[in-house]
Amino acid sequence: MKPAQFDYVSPSTVDAAVEALVASNGEGKVLAGGQSLLPLLNFRMARPTVLVDLNGIEGLSYIEDRGDRIAIGALTRHRELEHSSLIASKLPVMSAAMRRVAHLAIRNRGTIGGSLSHADPAAELPMLATFYGAGISVQGQSGRRTIAPGEFFVDALTNCLEPEEIVVEVEFPILKQDGWAFEEVARRFGDFALASIAVSVRRGTTGLEAARVAVMGVADTPLRLREAEEELVAMELDDGTPDRFSEIVVSLVSPNDDLHASADYRKHLLAQLAKRALRTALAMKG
Amino acid sequence: MAKVSVTVNGEKYDVPDVEPRMLLSDFLRDRLGLTGTHVGCEHGVCGACTVLVNGDSARSCLMLAVQTNGAEIVTVEGLGSPEELNELQAQFREHHGLQCGFCTPGMVMTGEDLLRKYPLATDEDIREGLSGNLCRCTGYQNIVAAIRSAAARRTEKAS
Ligand SMILES: Cc1cc2nc3c(=O)[nH]c(=O)nc-3n(C[C@H](O)[C@H](O)[C@H](O)COP(=O)(O)OP(=O)(O)OC[C@H]3O[C@@H](n4cnc5c(N)ncnc54)[C@H](O)[C@@H]3O)c2cc1C
Ligand code: FES
Ligand code: FES
Repeated sequence: MKPAQFDYVSPSTVDAAVEALVASNGEGKVLAGGQSLLPLLNFRMARPTVLVDLNGIEGLSYIEDRGDRIAIGALTRHRELEHSSLIASKLPVMSAAMRRVAHLAIRNRGTIGGSLSHADPAAELPMLATFYGAGISVQGQSGRRTIAPGEFFVDALTNCLEPEEIVVEVEFPILKQDGWAFEEVARRFGDFALASIAVSVRRGTTGLEAARVAVMGVADTPLRLREAEEELVAMELDDGTPDRFSEIVVSLVSPNDDLHASADYRKHLLAQLAKRALRTALAMKG
Repeated sequence: MAKVSVTVNGEKYDVPDVEPRMLLSDFLRDRLGLTGTHVGCEHGVCGACTVLVNGDSARSCLMLAVQTNGAEIVTVEGLGSPEELNELQAQFREHHGLQCGFCTPGMVMTGEDLLRKYPLATDEDIREGLSGNLCRCTGYQNIVAAIRSAAARRTEKAS
């Protein structure tokens, strides 16, 4: 057997799942799509005493239009986001990014709650949550609270949750935008990103009225680059804008060398992607 | 220990004494004797263990057998027989889409799901769809050709 021994429970409510986690004294783990947790169990890098399977809980999988926001249940699979027409029309940046999340068989199982909780610094959904400024709702022993991405993602593979807290829903504000782009480079299609950027712009009477910029693969967590957003809005729009924007973006990150790419290479990639993304966003007729 | 009640390739199984930590891949191979599902990496990367769970492709090394209670599973044994291959299997034979055959069950099960969910209009789309399945022999050309041909036949049938 690959994994070490554990008990398995499959509660039918979130309350019961929280209770099971409390009863495990911090030794329990939630199982959602299993696409990140099962590899860790198979390598015995994680050895929980209890697995609390969320898949038997009804009502945790949905994509809901709430006017100025889209709410997504924690157990919603990547594939459902990829193929949702509501996501395509209201959250187009997410829609474009979902094809890049792993491979079909993994998208069939992986969930948004699991991806956010796993907090991989090169994963698309944590970056999208950061980009949109999503509200991450979690349920624990003392009820529900909503957490901002900046607080939720603490470090690589580390979130801010208490051991008995469970992500139940993620709400994405719909951006007012005239143009947007999502760019990513990975070693193979569907692999984790080496570098990636999402950009959205809203035109004003002159120049831009608002901009949104987030990056991943270049730090221990996804980053929203507010400074780049402000500078972009202050910029004159001309042929040199994408180059100037790209320089600012790169000046704001300091990636590390690792097995997959050197810091310089990641910066080089990000610079190219930033240019390309802004050009695409500005060229869109909103 | 749990009992697992599951339908595999149309046949119903009630299997007692399954440890919660038993992977679906090991369950299929060791408890049901269905060794067509291959096991390569056991951490989701190679795709050799891909099966259909309730119609969707999934890594059987990343699911627990106890999670499949009540589910319908199709493995490569459920597609066709050596005498009568199914459409996609026949295209793999026709286009020489395999050499050692280790990756083939996963390639075929992934191909089945891709053909159902995507238009696969270009070779680029097919390669993108296969990006999660590793083959050490063929260089992929003939696997892509087999799926391209199956996609074309599907389109012909539909029109
Ligand atoms: C080969 C391969 C390639 C991949 N490539 C990519 C990629 O390119 N981009 C990408 O984004 N991802 C990729 N993934 C990861 C995939 O997207 C996972 O599905 C995802 O990261 C985890 O989601 P899950 O539902 O499978 O979570 P699980 O594996 O079930 O859980 C992951 C972690 O989160 C915790 N958890 C799960 N759900 C909750 C919840 N609701 N509340 C609190 N904690 C919870 C678990 O306890 C565990 O610690 C890849 C995976 C594989 C195997
Ligand atoms: S054995 Fe399951 S993906 Fe490699
Ligand atoms: S045919 Fe040998 S691994 Fe693919």
